[in-house]
Amino acid sequence: MTDTAPATAGSMPAPRRTPLTSMHEQLGASLTDFAGWLMPLRYGSETAEHNAVRTAAGLFDLSHMGELSVTGPGAAAALDYALTGQPSALQPGRARYTMISADDGGVLDDLIVYRLAGEEFLVVANAANTAVVGAALAERAAAFDAEVADRTDDYALIALQGPRAAAILAPLTSTDLAGVKYYASYPAQVAGRDVLLARTGYTGEDGFEIFAAPRDAEHLWMELSKAGAGDGLIPAGLAARDTLRLEAGMPLYGNELTSDMTPFDAGLGRVVKLDKPGGFVGRAALADRAGQPPQRQLVGLTLQSRRIPRHGYQVLWHGRPAGTVTSGAASPTLGIRIAMAYISPDVAQATSAAGSAGLAVDIRGNAEPARLVELPFYRRRS
Amino acid sequence: MTVPTELYYTPEHEWVALNGSIASVGITDHAQRALGDVVFVSMPAVGARVTAGEPCGEVESTKSVSDVYSPVDGEVTEINAEIDEDAGLVNSDPYGAGWLFKVKLDETEGDVPPGLLSATEYTALTKEADE
Repeated sequence: MTDTAPATAGSMPAPRRTPLTSMHEQLGASLTDFAGWLMPLRYGSETAEHNAVRTAAGLFDLSHMGELSVTGPGAAAALDYALTGQPSALQPGRARYTMISADDGGVLDDLIVYRLAGEEFLVVANAANTAVVGAALAERAAAFDAEVADRTDDYALIALQGPRAAAILAPLTSTDLAGVKYYASYPAQVAGRDVLLARTGYTGEDGFEIFAAPRDAEHLWMELSKAGAGDGLIPAGLAARDTLRLEAGMPLYGNELTSDMTPFDAGLGRVVKLDKPGGFVGRAALADRAGQPPQRQLVGLTLQSRRIPRHGYQVLWHGRPAGTVTSGAASPTLGIRIAMAYISPDVAQATSAAGSAGLAVDIRGNAEPARLVELPFYRRRS
Repeated sequence: MTVPTELYYTPEHEWVALNGSIASVGITDHAQRALGDVVFVSMPAVGARVTAGEPCGEVESTKSVSDVYSPVDGEVTEINAEIDEDAGLVNSDPYGAGWLFKVKLDETEGDVPPGLLSATEYTALTKEADE
């Protein structure tokens, strides 16, 4: 019997579902394939979702994020060698924003490392990079007494973000939230389920990220939704998450960070601990880079234009190319167009000294005047 | 998704309301949902000549920029000034307050300008696209 293979060559595998995808479908979300996962882009209006997070609270499914565990007596040393930061200096229960570089210093991903216990770390990676980071960690940890495992399927991750987050969460947990500091994590119970509760986020607001067993995800989502309904909590999708992080001046891997850039390019040289004991992957290249004048500078731009400056649009300085927009949006909070862009340091210097006259973004053939501003665009009142 | 039966449609997800020699044009509910929140609409100028199938404006949403194609041949007689103040009308009321512009048709002899789809045809088209 001759069997003709169906024409599947080149077709993409169906995107993966999170433990909450059915919930999003019930809520009528617009779903999109994001880094191989079927994720909610928005439930209703992304602008309303953005505003809810700024003024009340929003609930996000982040179960697509990668969780990699690094455990064992050599785990701390392995991570010091594998990452740009120094996880060995973290106290158990604390977390840190860090990066993983290639030998040439290029950024493979930006990460949050949680030290759960003395010999137990959880590395949270971007969904699109989880496989790359997992492979790099395994390779780099091979010479250490440490084990690396991809635990992405073992965790649902729900973020509760916004000024009302703590008030909404408090009745659902016995943990004293006033004691949960920014970038700290604790084993806790939320709505009767065991979770890892972290005070982290990617929105520029106070908030929590809740790592839970997949079987508990729907229960937690519903209980949190119920608890927050009176406070204005609504579910929020990836579209709102992107404008929230952009207003907060936070880089997005693939836009502000790529393997062609070092942390110094993004103005995040502080995550590179050149003087930590022992070598680390990318050290030579990064030390070299740290001593040189920057080739480009990540800046914030604001525009009065009605059109939106978007990823890839050219920045102009007196009509000549001076850089590229990495992310742009209509800022719901500020009511104007905002963008992050890499521009040449000369132009950055000239504009901060003499004002932004002459600075523009080429928006589909129109040179729309832009102003150089300090990042972030938005800072919450503490 | 709403598809009013009294309107005509294009494969580019625009609607046309015919009233004598005047055609009102907007984007469909399907289109506004796919685009996300609309933040800016660039309109043709009043008095401009528009040609069926040719771009004559842009709808810019949080997510993307899309061309607006004229569904008919004619002259632009009016644009919806409200949209300039509140582009969100395109999302909240795509077939009503969110209309974009009106065109005086060149040909008023025939009943329906060529190439337009009925509500049934348009519904079938969007169903196909969703599958």
